[in-house]
Amino acid sequence: METTIALGGNPNCGKTTLFNELTGARQHVGNYPGVTVEKKEGRCVYNGYKMRITDLPGTYSLTAYSMEEVVARDFLVNESPDVTINIADASNLERNLYLTIQMLELGVPVCIALNMMDLAKDRGIEINAERLSKSLGVPVVPIIARTGYGKQELMDTAAAFADKKEKKQPLVISYGQDIDSAILEMEKEICAGNFLTDIYPSRWIALKYMEKDEQLLAKGRGRNAVLSAKLERIVERVSEHLQYTSDTYPEALIADYRYGYIRSVLKQGVLKEKYDKNRLYASDKIDKVLTHRIAGPVIMLLILFGLYQFIFTFSEIPVKWLDAFFAWLNGLASETLPDGLLKSLIISGIIDGLGGVLSFVPLIMLMFLGIAALEDSGYLARVAFMLDKVFGMFGLHGSSVMAFIVSGGIAGGCAVPGVMAARTLKSPREQLATLLTAPFMNCGAKLPVFALLIAAFFPNHKGLLMFALTLISWGGALLVAKLLRMTVIKGEASPFVMELPPYRLPTLKGLATHTYERTWQYIRKAGTVILAVSVVLWGMMTFPGLPDSEAEKFDQQRNTVAQSDKDKLTAIDAAQAEAGLKYSIAGRIGTALESISWLAGFDWRTNIALVGGFAAKEVVVSTLGTAYSMGNVDPEASDSLGEMLTKSPGWSPLTALSLIIFIMFYAPCFVTVVCIAREAGSWKWGAFSMIFNTLLAFTLAVLVFQIGSLIL
Amino acid sequence: MARLIMRQMQDNQAGIVTSVKAAGELGRRIRDMGLVPGTEIKVQGRAPLYDPVALRIKGFILTLRNKEADYIEVEVQ
Repeated sequence: METTIALGGNPNCGKTTLFNELTGARQHVGNYPGVTVEKKEGRCVYNGYKMRITDLPGTYSLTAYSMEEVVARDFLVNESPDVTINIADASNLERNLYLTIQMLELGVPVCIALNMMDLAKDRGIEINAERLSKSLGVPVVPIIARTGYGKQELMDTAAAFADKKEKKQPLVISYGQDIDSAILEMEKEICAGNFLTDIYPSRWIALKYMEKDEQLLAKGRGRNAVLSAKLERIVERVSEHLQYTSDTYPEALIADYRYGYIRSVLKQGVLKEKYDKNRLYASDKIDKVLTHRIAGPVIMLLILFGLYQFIFTFSEIPVKWLDAFFAWLNGLASETLPDGLLKSLIISGIIDGLGGVLSFVPLIMLMFLGIAALEDSGYLARVAFMLDKVFGMFGLHGSSVMAFIVSGGIAGGCAVPGVMAARTLKSPREQLATLLTAPFMNCGAKLPVFALLIAAFFPNHKGLLMFALTLISWGGALLVAKLLRMTVIKGEASPFVMELPPYRLPTLKGLATHTYERTWQYIRKAGTVILAVSVVLWGMMTFPGLPDSEAEKFDQQRNTVAQSDKDKLTAIDAAQAEAGLKYSIAGRIGTALESISWLAGFDWRTNIALVGGFAAKEVVVSTLGTAYSMGNVDPEASDSLGEMLTKSPGWSPLTALSLIIFIMFYAPCFVTVVCIAREAGSWKWGAFSMIFNTLLAFTLAVLVFQIGSLIL
Repeated sequence: MARLIMRQMQDNQAGIVTSVKAAGELGRRIRDMGLVPGTEIKVQGRAPLYDPVALRIKGFILTLRNKEADYIEVEVQ
């Protein structure tokens, strides 16, 4: 028998730290059925108990306010775990217990893990765990998730729950005369009609009707419309009465009474505060500087700029090593393998394709490390706080910052999780505007392309140019968001109610886990999708082969040249390869597009690469690599692609710039389009992002190229 | 003692919430974070562009926009 444990708590209460501490590396990341909220599961064995631990999404409440809350609530009800470990931040107990109370009202077997006891002590907060346990009727275990303190006792308590397996009685709180009597009246109806009582406790159903909980109302109406209407009429009656007598409404009153209950519990000798409440803690002092009116934004820009310098400086050497390794592999394959299609497939399809992507792993790893450090330290929330006014002006929300940053706002993210991060936005309009503009950010897949072009054409201004590109993508995204919010998605702004977590020194373990998970995702994508795409593209670039009559022409040319004239022979080989590529399916598509793409300075090779980039942006690099190494069968082919581009006619810094702009704004990769469609709830928006973005990108690239050509 | 709309509070000014007039999602969100009548709050500071505002409440920092603070009435010393 496996013991099932759910891990629930507020955001920023140390839930992830405890989860990692309990499960170690034995984790499985997936999604909750039907939705895209991340579901983390881990297993561990303790004292002979096999345990399966599920990390619920961090929530402040169990209303149906956000997708996370619905998911957490449904998991507790439908999966009925043997025990729910509720992690509560000891230094912030009152608000954390608000969630606990709701779990208890739902009748869930709860064990409270009182986290960050050390921090609370520093702040002069003393908590009597025993008294708290007595008042609430559930076990309370003080822990420090960071150090693993209390872990043993927590697991013992959880194991004890598994042995008992008893059904817990839901907690009953008084909500005042008016509501209490109405709830009793409703409960009678609910029990008599067996109304949803197979799923939820009767009092809880009545309470949720009082709170006008959308998810439950919908369920109730589906189950028994007549009874549901009867209950709604009772709620209506109470609402009117409360409105008339005390200018309030049931939902507000219920929250007030819940907090009242929590305060009365805390006052029974549970909580003692030694220091003055208004005392400034280290975190507040840091905020005085980091969110200062003038110093704040300056420091923010410096931090973000510093991040680039750090990433580019430290990734240079390992990137070179990897480049060298793939060049060596390439050389080895070309020497040992017999000439033919297989050799071409392995060198041009596999090694070049994979190498082009994998050699950027050190860069992407450092990017993720940087983001994780900002996130874990609490600084990212400050960035949202400082930028909300600006985002509001463009019809977005401060929380859009997260989606933008994850998508690559600090270059190196990925639009797929970014688009998913937009889910925290409750307003469908702001979410949609964020969904559609977040892919403009410079994601980790665009970076290799940019890095390649910048290193080749602007070698002396790498950091500066990368920074400028970030500003361009932000500016473009914000302007387009404003445009969308004024045209296709008009409407009011939604609330910005957010916690600024205290600054914390990120733990090495936390940073390593974050960095590892995200980097591994990238590598896995590179190893599967990109490899497949690379091979498909190789096929498109190889077949159909040149007709025999054409090939013979090249053979004849060769026969006229002396064997010793190596230069001439290579030139003929290159010409043949190029003719072959042009004759292939990809070449035909690229050539057809050339008739309009020349306006932006793109030739057919670039066109092929851009078509491939729709599968995933990093494919642009590998395809350019394949296209050029195929069209130029030179013994020196192991030259890095960048050098090859600078030597090619038709390439100039202006072409590179135009291409960078196009790649920044054109259709998101296929995976992102799927996510946008899913998040927006309609394929219409997926199609919109592909067509609109590509038209926009092409217009911008043409402007850059044409105006640039006039000036230069 | 005086009653103020939260937007009118100065930096570092403290007070006690007397009413939250917001309904619907905004109201629920505000209450979930513990901003209910009787709660002591203090204006911790404001974002560089004066909006949103950061409040110290029950041992943590909560941010909200000025136009959301308009729904909250506070009694100050």
